[in-house]
Amino acid sequence: MAKAEFGVPELTQYVEVPAIKEGAMAHLKPFVVNNPDHNTDLGFPGELIDDWQTKAVEKLGDLCSRYRSLRVYLDSCVKCGSCTDKCHYFLGTADPKNMPVGRQDLLRKVYRRYFTLAGKYFPKLVGAEDLTRETLDEWYSYYHQCSQCRRCSVFCPYGIDTAEISMAAREILDSIGYGQKYCNEIIAKVHKVGNNLGLPGPAIANTLEGLEEDVWDDAEVHVRFPLDVEGAEVLLVTPSADFFAEPHVDGLIGYGKVFHEAGVSWTLSTTASEAGNFGMFIGSYENMRRVALRVRKAALELKVKRIVFGECGHAWRVAYAFLNTLAGPFDFLDPNYPVPQHICEFTWDEMQKGTLEFDKSENDDKVLTFHDSCNVARATRMGDLPGGQFEIPRNVIKAVCNHYVDMHHETIGERTFCCGGGGGLLTDDLMELRVKGALPRMTALKNAMDEYGVTHMAAICAICKSQFTKTLPYYGMDMDQIVSVHQLVSNAIVLNRKTPPPEWAEEEDEEDE
Amino acid sequence: MSTLYALLFIAATITLVVGVGMKIRQYYKTPAPLKIATTPAPTTPSGVVLRIFREVVFFESLFKGSKWTWIFSWMFHFALLLVILRHFRYFIDPVWLPIQLIQPFGMYAGFAMVIGLGGLLARRILVDRVRYISAPSDYLMLILLLLIALSGLMMTFVVHTDIVAVKDFFNNLFTFGWGPLPMDFLLLLHIGLVIVLMIIFPFSKLLHAPGIFFSPSRNQVDNPREQRHLAPWAEALEKQDKPGN
Repeated sequence: MAKAEFGVPELTQYVEVPAIKEGAMAHLKPFVVNNPDHNTDLGFPGELIDDWQTKAVEKLGDLCSRYRSLRVYLDSCVKCGSCTDKCHYFLGTADPKNMPVGRQDLLRKVYRRYFTLAGKYFPKLVGAEDLTRETLDEWYSYYHQCSQCRRCSVFCPYGIDTAEISMAAREILDSIGYGQKYCNEIIAKVHKVGNNLGLPGPAIANTLEGLEEDVWDDAEVHVRFPLDVEGAEVLLVTPSADFFAEPHVDGLIGYGKVFHEAGVSWTLSTTASEAGNFGMFIGSYENMRRVALRVRKAALELKVKRIVFGECGHAWRVAYAFLNTLAGPFDFLDPNYPVPQHICEFTWDEMQKGTLEFDKSENDDKVLTFHDSCNVARATRMGDLPGGQFEIPRNVIKAVCNHYVDMHHETIGERTFCCGGGGGLLTDDLMELRVKGALPRMTALKNAMDEYGVTHMAAICAICKSQFTKTLPYYGMDMDQIVSVHQLVSNAIVLNRKTPPPEWAEEEDEEDE
Repeated sequence: MSTLYALLFIAATITLVVGVGMKIRQYYKTPAPLKIATTPAPTTPSGVVLRIFREVVFFESLFKGSKWTWIFSWMFHFALLLVILRHFRYFIDPVWLPIQLIQPFGMYAGFAMVIGLGGLLARRILVDRVRYISAPSDYLMLILLLLIALSGLMMTFVVHTDIVAVKDFFNNLFTFGWGPLPMDFLLLLHIGLVIVLMIIFPFSKLLHAPGIFFSPSRNQVDNPREQRHLAPWAEALEKQDKPGN
C-alpha cells in the first residue's frame, strides 16, 4: 500500500454520509502560478493585482451578464439539501464546503452582497458577505476541490450545476492574477507546443515508430501509426497521455489496430496532438476556443474528411458539446459522419459493419467492469439515442470480452462517481483530495471484486486512468487493475489484413541473420 | 386600515408582477453560450418540454436526490396550488365550475401544506448538512408560509370571518374603489403576510419558480453536433483569427 501523509479512508460495504466536519479540507490548496508568463500567455495578469476586490466583483457581474447558467443558478438555489450528500469530495472529506451547495455559497454570498437588493440591505438575513481576502482564499481552495463532474446537477431540482459555478470562480481568480499553476502551465504548453505534456513533434514521431515496432514484433503485421499525413480519411485527436502513459498507450495501440482492420486511413497531428482542453477547467471561453481552433486548423491543413477523438472524458465534453460552437462549422468534412466522433462510436460502427474480427478468449484472464467517466456520462452522448454514452462503450467491451459485470447501479450511468482527479485537479499537490475523493468509486469497485470476482476496471478517460493508477494502491488494490477500453479491443482483435514487412523490419532480419 | 391594506395590496401586486417580469426578461436576455444540458438529455424540443414538465410537476430530479425532501416539498407545493386555485372564489364572480369542484379538496389541502412545510422545517433543523447551509432567511421563509397557512386554516375551520365582505373588498379593489375590510385579527394577519410574501418574491430564492424554466442544464436540446449554437457575444470572436475563413 502506498504511503500517505494523511488518513486514507477505510473501505466499507457502503459509503456512509459523514457528519460534517467544518474546515476539514481548509488547509488544502494547489500551487499558485509561480511563473507570471503562464498567466500572461493566457491573457491574464501575471500576479495578483492590487485592486483585486473591485476587479473580482466587476468580473462576477460581467460573467452574470454573459452566462445565463451562472445568473439563474446563483438566484435559484432554495437550500433544499438534495445535493449535499452527492459529491464524492464531500463523502470522502466531510468538509461542508465540499457539499455542492456549500461550494456554490462561497460565490453566492458575494453575489448576493453586491448584486441583490436583499444582500445589499439585509446581508446578515440572507447570508450575504463582502468579498474579503479570506473569502478569496477560500474560493481558491474550494473551487480547486471540485472536479466539475456534474453529479450534483443530476439531483438538483433546478439543474444547478456546480461545475458552472466553479468554472466562473476560476475565471474570476484568473482575471485578477490568482491562477492555478497546474492548469495554466498546461494551457500555456498547449498554446506553445500543441499538447498538455509539451511533447515536441519529433518525440511523438519517435513514440509512434516504437509502437509500430512493438505491434510488428508481437503480431508480424505492420500497423501504422501515422503522423501529419496529408489526405488521410480520419484525423485522430487523442490525449497526449496516450503517447506514453500506462495503460493509456495500450488504448492507442488499440485505435491503430481498429483503423488498420477497418481499412480506414488515419493520421495524428503534431499541432493538434492533444484532445484535452483545459480551457474548460478554468472557465475561459477564449482559451478554450483557442485550444479548440488547433483541431480545426489541423483538419484543414491535413485535408481529412472526419475527426475522431480518443478516450478522454472532459475532452469528449468539449469535443461533443462545444467543438462545433467554438471551432465550427465543419462543413468541409464528410457530412455522413457526426463531427467529431468518439473512437468508441467509430469502433462500434465497424463492429456492426462486420469489418472487425475478435478472439474474445484473449481477455479471458479478466473479469471486467466499466467506470463511466463523469463528463462522458453527464455532458455528452454517443450515437443517436440519449444514453448512448453508456451503451456504446459497454457494447464494445462485451464484444471483445467474455466476462463483464456492472458495478452497483447507483454508482454508474448518470449517477456515476468521478474518479476524483478530473477538472484540473490531477496534480500531486492535491493528492490528499484525490485519494479521498476516489472513495466512492473504490468502494463500488471493491464490492464488485468481492461479489463478482471482478479483476479489472475499464475506462475511457486519460484522467481517470492516471488517477486510478495512483489511487488504487492507496486502497490496497493493484495499479494494473485499470485498463483502457481499446486496450481490451487491442488484445482481442484478429489482424487479418496482412502487410508487407516494413523496411526497418527487413533490415533487422538481415542483421539477425 | 382598509385603505392601507388596499394600497399595500396594490403595491405588492405591482412589485410581484414587475419584479418577476424584470427577472424573466433578464434571464431571457442573458445568453447561454454553450450547450450544457445534463445528459442523458432529450434530442428534440418536444422532449425538452416533457423534461421540464416532469421537473415542474413531479420534481423528478429532487425525487432522485432525496425522498424525504421530495415528499414534503411536493406535498407543500401541490397543496399550495390547490389552495391558490380555491382562493379564486374570493376574486371572481360567478365562480368558475373547476374552482367550485376543487373547493372541498382545497380546504383540506391547507393541512397538507402545513405538514409539508413542517417537514421541510424539521429537516432544515435536524439534518446537520441542511442546517449548515441555512441562512436566517431560509427559516423565516418557511415560518412565513406556515403562518399564512395556519391563519388561513383557522379562518376556514375555527374563527370565520365575513367572507362576503372580503370578496367585496377585493372586487372593489379591481375597479380601484375602496371598500371596508373586516377588522378581524386573523384576516389582517393572513393578508398582511401574503403581501409580505408577494413583495419579497422577486428578491429572494422564490425566484426558483421562473428559474427552472431558464436552467440551461434542463431546457437545452442535446444536439450540439447537429446544430451549431452560438451566443451573440461569442459571434464577435468569430471575426478574429479563425483558420479557413
